[in-house]
Amino acid sequence: MLKRTPFYNLHEQAGAKLIDFGGFEMPVQYESIRKEHNAVREKVGMFDVSHMGEFYVTGDEALDLIQYVTINDVSNLVPGKAQYSAMCYEDGGIVDDLLIYMLGENEYMLVVNASNIDKDFEWIAENNSFDAELTDISEDTCLLAVQGPKSVETLQKLTDTDLSAIKFYTFELGKLAGFDDVTLSATGYTGEKGFELYFNKNNVDSEAIWKAIMEAGEEFGIEPCGLGARDTLRLEKGFALYGNDITKDTHPLEARMGWLTKLDKGEFMGRDALVKAKEEGLSRKLVGLTIDDKRSIPRKGYTIFDEEDNEIGFVTSGSRSITLGTNIAMGYVDIGYADEGSSVFVEIRNKKAEAAVTKPPFVK
Amino acid sequence: MSYPTDLKYTKEHEWIRDNGDGTATVGITDFAQSELGDIVFVEMEPEGFEFEQDEVFGTVEAVKTVSELFAPIAGEIVEINEQLEMEPELVNDDPYGDGWMAKISIEDEAQLNDLMSPDEYKEIVA
Repeated sequence: MLKRTPFYNLHEQAGAKLIDFGGFEMPVQYESIRKEHNAVREKVGMFDVSHMGEFYVTGDEALDLIQYVTINDVSNLVPGKAQYSAMCYEDGGIVDDLLIYMLGENEYMLVVNASNIDKDFEWIAENNSFDAELTDISEDTCLLAVQGPKSVETLQKLTDTDLSAIKFYTFELGKLAGFDDVTLSATGYTGEKGFELYFNKNNVDSEAIWKAIMEAGEEFGIEPCGLGARDTLRLEKGFALYGNDITKDTHPLEARMGWLTKLDKGEFMGRDALVKAKEEGLSRKLVGLTIDDKRSIPRKGYTIFDEEDNEIGFVTSGSRSITLGTNIAMGYVDIGYADEGSSVFVEIRNKKAEAAVTKPPFVK
Repeated sequence: MSYPTDLKYTKEHEWIRDNGDGTATVGITDFAQSELGDIVFVEMEPEGFEFEQDEVFGTVEAVKTVSELFAPIAGEIVEINEQLEMEPELVNDDPYGDGWMAKISIEDEAQLNDLMSPDEYKEIVA
């Protein structure tokens, strides 16, 4: 039986097409991915992403536990700040990417991918030799992402908290649409200005919040958006998707996550393997690809070749860019082809389309 | 969802209309366009291409996914809907009208008659 979020009935009423995503029955699109995508780039859109997982980590050694299981330096956080990070296995392969919220002294919230909730929880629990308590609060936690240039104006109508004062990757607890204790987080997965709103479904009338936001955004042309638009939006910005661009078989240094891998922060899971990988030098790298031929849309799993027909990589995500009208992808290529401007070939239905290696984001 | 009564249907979600002059027009159903979502382009084999029944004779690319077009009957492509080159969204907007994909010759009338009726097709997409 697929799980449903508290917004399920609203999605159905809105005529959404629902799919199984990580065990949840989620809207992939309402009317049109294109319309939803453009709403977020030009106006404002709202996503139900309540399927995402949330864990509390508390206790005297909460920081030590998170430091040990994640690759970024959690000691840089202060209460009210969030951090993007990843968890690795001992061999450096990626368990998941995640957000870490510092709620207070010895109190953190981790936000993980829906399809990885059980795996992540077990992994952290297994590595918890610290005085820290790990609690899965996914079931009770709702998450709405309100994204786009008009997102702040939309939400500001519903709260007294000055949203323009909440800087990127910081958050505040506030009142929204009459409900207390909503986490107003200036984060997102679309590359646009926006907020992610966390609240406990037992304290809040979820449908009432959804309706209030839709009403507040009406004058700006707000659209409910599904996972389809979420995917085309994130790909244009070059954000990695777990299961596609990052997996247990890829490590952060080759996945363009070197900037958040703090090898000198002290001991952490996967560190030795990553230090070794760095010393040996990368053999392949996650790159962006653009294809000029309009009829050649690269898709996940397609093979990448050099001009002499040697296999040199594979596509991990690909789509028509709705914003640009061109075809874009991300994929791993042998390190010799990872430089910007390299020319490679993607096999699409037995034909090879020329692709240029580029550095994401595709949409600035 | 609408399924016009003057058409025949396939399990691959295509429709075919007998034009009464030895040719038939082919497209994808309302259900198919809705499942695919925003269509980005339609690529048919060229005019003159001959094919067997169930052979791939075109491709439909949507934003999120790609789908092959299987020939509902054997024949030859006699005309391609050139308008889709500039306006692929016609397939979403008007799948049985301006969103048609190809006109083909009918090699064997019996193949056409054996395809699904609107009622039979409705049952498989219900």
